[in-house]
Amino acid sequence: MAITARAIRAKLGNVEVLHGVDLALHAGRWTSIVGPNGAGKSTLLKVLAGVLPCTGEVTLLGQTVVGLSGRSDVRGRSDRTCRSSRWRAQQMAWLGQNEVGGDDLTVYDVAMLGRLPHQPWLASASAEDHAAVQNSLRATQAWEWRARPLGELSGGERQRVLLARALAVQAQVLLMDEPLAHLDPPHQADWLALVRSLVSEGKTVISVLHEISLALNADEMVVMNQGRVLQHGACGDPATHRALESVFGDRIQIKALAGQWVALTG
Amino acid sequence: MSDGFVAVNRATAVVPVKTPAVAAWVTGLLLLGVALTLAGVSVGSTGFESVLRASDDPIAWQIVWDIRLPRTLGAWAAGALLGLAGAVAQGLFRNPLADPFLLGSASGASLGIAIALALFGGSPFASEWLVRVGLTGAAFMGAVGGVLLTLLLAKGVQHTLRLLLAGVIVGVVLGAAKDVISLAVPDILQAMQAFSLGSTGFIGWTASLLMGGVWLVSSVAAWALSRVLDGMALGDATARSLGLALSPMRAALVGVLALVTGTAVAQTGLIAFVGLAAPHLVRSVVKTTHGRLILLSSLTGAALLLAADILARWLIAPQELPVGVLTAVLGGSYLLWLMHRRSLGGAVL
Repeated sequence: MAITARAIRAKLGNVEVLHGVDLALHAGRWTSIVGPNGAGKSTLLKVLAGVLPCTGEVTLLGQTVVGLSGRSDVRGRSDRTCRSSRWRAQQMAWLGQNEVGGDDLTVYDVAMLGRLPHQPWLASASAEDHAAVQNSLRATQAWEWRARPLGELSGGERQRVLLARALAVQAQVLLMDEPLAHLDPPHQADWLALVRSLVSEGKTVISVLHEISLALNADEMVVMNQGRVLQHGACGDPATHRALESVFGDRIQIKALAGQWVALTG
Repeated sequence: MSDGFVAVNRATAVVPVKTPAVAAWVTGLLLLGVALTLAGVSVGSTGFESVLRASDDPIAWQIVWDIRLPRTLGAWAAGALLGLAGAVAQGLFRNPLADPFLLGSASGASLGIAIALALFGGSPFASEWLVRVGLTGAAFMGAVGGVLLTLLLAKGVQHTLRLLLAGVIVGVVLGAAKDVISLAVPDILQAMQAFSLGSTGFIGWTASLLMGGVWLVSSVAAWALSRVLDGMALGDATARSLGLALSPMRAALVGVLALVTGTAVAQTGLIAFVGLAAPHLVRSVVKTTHGRLILLSSLTGAALLLAADILARWLIAPQELPVGVLTAVLGGSYLLWLMHRRSLGGAVL
């Protein structure tokens, strides 16, 4: 298992958003998390990434990263039984939704941030770090802009740089929240190819996608509603399709079209 | 057109992105500092004469060695501290308009000094080590208090407008508290008034060396923490996902900010806008990581304040303007222009 979560409860402000989520996500697969607005998809991803405090237990690659006591290492402290936040950061990369800021950093510097978990304190970037940054910027076709400030890029260009930042971590597990935001259709197709190639290398990809038809390209699907997991199964599983149709109030239909599953509205 | 996103994980030999521009800028700013120091030592109410006669006239020598040189070096160091404070504040609060004076740290520092003077007596311009270090300590405590109060009032750093408003409110309230203390203890009233205007005129060797020492220590500390500032640029969550322990790092950065602000304020009073302008000037020329931004901004602040100091001495010579008045006028205009430009760009403060 790449990630397991048990009895996860999490709050945003004073409101509980996740009401006891249990989940086991397979390694070497692409899982997409879908659900209506406010279902708790992004919150779940943040909890798994260790950037939001929660109660419950989370394991990453078989190691506990959030303890049973509910004490997480989010604030830099950890239970003796928990792996450090640095170890977690090396194994798992997280791409947030609408990450703002960093406008005054160059594209290259932004991608280099992905190497932080691997760099000893005060050490300058190694040849390996530079290679990882170059490879990931090339992988998202952002290498040409490496000397430009992030603030000068368009929304789609920026998203490709942030994606490169997440890739530069070279983590076993990638969590991506709405990675296709601002990307045009050709680059969405490129992203799909990238994810398939990561998975073929044995990496685990978990993405939150609001475009159901794109999400149906994944290996597995987690359908969420109102802070709970309603269904977790293969994307071709009729039970998954039924769960999808029901959480959207039967206003979408899942059909096979040209060898793919698509969501039709109306 | 597109070959598709391709996952490449082979490590290939890569030439790192070189930044010769940064090294050139550092050298240029250092040379500018040296040139301005020479100018600062030469220019005075007695004109160039004292420098020319310094080798054989003991009084002229004393003017240059005991008054002009420490003051000039002190102005450079105070500017370096303020430039450093501005770069750290803007990174820490992810806010391009953050400045020690807009965050309550400077007013907190001056309140700390007023309290120390009211309790223990003495002059804010004394040159004894004990007094200087004591005042710096009081200013540091006041600056920490001011920043924490601002953060408490703004409920964090997320909202630019709320943060700036909180900083202004804290500044006004702590400033009023300082005034109340000054009025209640008339002995310190005149000193605090001169102090509020901001002046490099009282910097002796003690103050100058103290600022230089603190600058060296805090530059190293800020540089060591600069990666945290880079990591936080994309938001707290991203920084946490990169394995950075934010709370202790942020506390350390607030500590550095308070130390540099407190040290500058304790020796020179309230000199506004140098900390705001320096990082902006740097960023308008070169986009780089916080490690380099902190160094460049510090050197720029140093050159700015020293230039302003020379201007303040020269404009109405043999009288002189308090340099804080000059930087407030020049820096205030710069801030207005900056806001104007930002609003033209459609950005909301």
